[in-house]
Amino acid sequence: MNHSDSLEKSVDFRSWFMDKLLMGQTWPEYMRTLVTPFNILAAVILSIGLPLIAMRFMYGLTVVTHASNDYPWGLFLGWGLFGGVPLSATGFVMGTAYYIFGFKGYRPLVRLGLLAGFLGYLFAVIYLLVDLGRPWRIYYPMLIGYGTASVLFLVAWHVALYLTVQFLELTPAILEWLKSRRVYRWATMITIAMTIAGIILSTLHQSALGAMFLIAPGKLHPLWYSPYITVFFLTSSIYAALALVILISAIAARFLKNATDNNFLGNLGKLTIGLGKGTTVCLYVYFVLKVIGIAHGNHWDLLATPYGYWFIIEIAGFVLLPALILTYAVKSKRVGVVRFGALLAVAGIIVNRINVSIIAFNWKLPDHLHHIIPPWPEVAVVLAIVTIHILIFRWILNRLPVLREAPGYKAH
Amino acid sequence: MDKKDNNSEMKKKSRTVSRRCFLGTMAALGGSILLGDIQASAYEEFSGWPDRYGMLTDLTACVGCRSCEKACNEVNNLPPPEVPFDEKSVFKEKRRPTAHAYTVVNRYENPQDKDRPIYRKVQCNHCNEPACASACPIHAYTKTPEGPVLYDPEKCFGCRYCMIACPFYVPAYDYESAFEPRIVKCIMCYGRIKDGLIPACAEACPVEAITFGKRDDLIKLARKKIMQNPDRYIDHIYGEYEAGGTSWLYISGVPFEQLDFPTDISDKPPIEHVEGFLSAVPVVLTVWPALFGTIYASLRHRENLEEENNQNRKKEEERKDES
Repeated sequence: MNHSDSLEKSVDFRSWFMDKLLMGQTWPEYMRTLVTPFNILAAVILSIGLPLIAMRFMYGLTVVTHASNDYPWGLFLGWGLFGGVPLSATGFVMGTAYYIFGFKGYRPLVRLGLLAGFLGYLFAVIYLLVDLGRPWRIYYPMLIGYGTASVLFLVAWHVALYLTVQFLELTPAILEWLKSRRVYRWATMITIAMTIAGIILSTLHQSALGAMFLIAPGKLHPLWYSPYITVFFLTSSIYAALALVILISAIAARFLKNATDNNFLGNLGKLTIGLGKGTTVCLYVYFVLKVIGIAHGNHWDLLATPYGYWFIIEIAGFVLLPALILTYAVKSKRVGVVRFGALLAVAGIIVNRINVSIIAFNWKLPDHLHHIIPPWPEVAVVLAIVTIHILIFRWILNRLPVLREAPGYKAH
Repeated sequence: MDKKDNNSEMKKKSRTVSRRCFLGTMAALGGSILLGDIQASAYEEFSGWPDRYGMLTDLTACVGCRSCEKACNEVNNLPPPEVPFDEKSVFKEKRRPTAHAYTVVNRYENPQDKDRPIYRKVQCNHCNEPACASACPIHAYTKTPEGPVLYDPEKCFGCRYCMIACPFYVPAYDYESAFEPRIVKCIMCYGRIKDGLIPACAEACPVEAITFGKRDDLIKLARKKIMQNPDRYIDHIYGEYEAGGTSWLYISGVPFEQLDFPTDISDKPPIEHVEGFLSAVPVVLTVWPALFGTIYASLRHRENLEEENNQNRKKEEERKDES
């Protein structure tokens, strides 16, 4: 190899680097674009949260959480795993709608759904790693011991498999970005198989997250404990996914306009209404299921207790209300109102999962409501992980053909 | 019941127990390879290991001396206590087993006699079908044929789902440790039982409030005690049926809910509540690919038909143009 050869290569690499990673800018130009109010806020959050995460791994969980013998789980799992996974059903819901049911008009949003799903699962695993006592043993359910009667065993396997499946589903986008052709053809061929694998895995682990609580009937409040909890979790994950796609596509259209194309921007209003319709149907189904749940357990009398009031707020304020708002918005074709309804529905999912895993769990223990208030370092760690999640999401959206079509690649 | 008798009897039985255990384990292993969740369905026929041991705590006899706490601490090499074991001030609050104590004794007011408080010893109840073992994704828990439920820290990755699952709030976790955190709970002195000894707490109890023996015998003993002293005991052996039955049994003079025992526990083993879900899993795994594959095939079919129609139409138009 002579001198000019290597020089050419380094120039090649530099232009590749600028093109792929700096979005066609030089370093100084790129750095200047980074100074924004959002990034400054992110830096502040990370400068508090990252040291706390380091401390958690150096000195144990007690440093950042109030986790105790009676309260083994807190925000990391309540928010990160139980809240994060249903909102990450976006990949499975959008993939199924587009590839299996043939909603071909939703093409501009499919990859966004897949990416949100993949990152959601990835971060659910990251929250789990922060919470596990010995995170370096995360692979143990796959290799060391098989707790086949454990719902968590099922969740562990399915989340691991599904993370792989979602990565494979996203490879066409990555390969388009890298301008590969040969591997690309292979990657698109497995799409249908991967989508169906995604349906199976999602059906099972979304419901399994609910089934995890079936083993503790005395500990979860009867209004939330139900033999139907698996169906509740699965159904609600579907509208959670639809509502989240409505929200993140709106945010992307507003803040990442450069990463989109006319196909995305031009169709977004119409598609938002369509997704809103799906969300509405699902919300009503879920609402009826929840009512059936009370009837099945005959827990009507419990509605007149403090926990009952909170339960009513959850299903009236965060399920029925968004359903009504969305019904109105879809009928009158008001995209902004659809987005508001979706926001309420997403908030409702988080409220429900936090209720099941934290607020209504251990409800009989003395001084319960006092015990479940997280200490500030736990919140700071969660905020830091959320921030990293958003930053990585944005980084990818700016570079990969997710919100736009890559020139020269046909729809598959 | 005579402790010595129990021990010699136990030694005699240990050989047969271990053979049964071996066969049972082999059967379970073979089954789980074939069916995956055999453990979830096997319990219907499985009423617990035969001849397993248990403990009977007579809450009317306990005087709150905390000798059991002390003996447990010493035998299991647990860290020295913050306050000495003869200190009675610990009774001011209700304690629970922790990473440093397998067992604790709590004091309750006696509604019948204010001067004679009731003491309740808390520790792992060693369920017949333990929720912790069912919940553990790595099989770090074992229900031994002898009765004790054991935990293996070498397998555990610290998810703490066992703590969520336990209906008795028993397993404790060593949150302080960054590198070797582990679950801590009573092991019913498994090593001592294997050596033909009896658990340390039972041996240390000066008033024989804790009896070690075969679970079946202990239930008979408890019934006899209740029958012979109907004024002293309420008619309930806690642990006979709770959560599918536990190795540790209790008899009491006051209703158990007054002593903070969880009393709304179902008589079903906790895993039974999950059975329906677990049995749906293989169905989804097999039916879903066919169902959604068919939906996809029907979509393709429609697309192909449309394409054919379009082509036919084009051909006809071309023919018309030609003529």
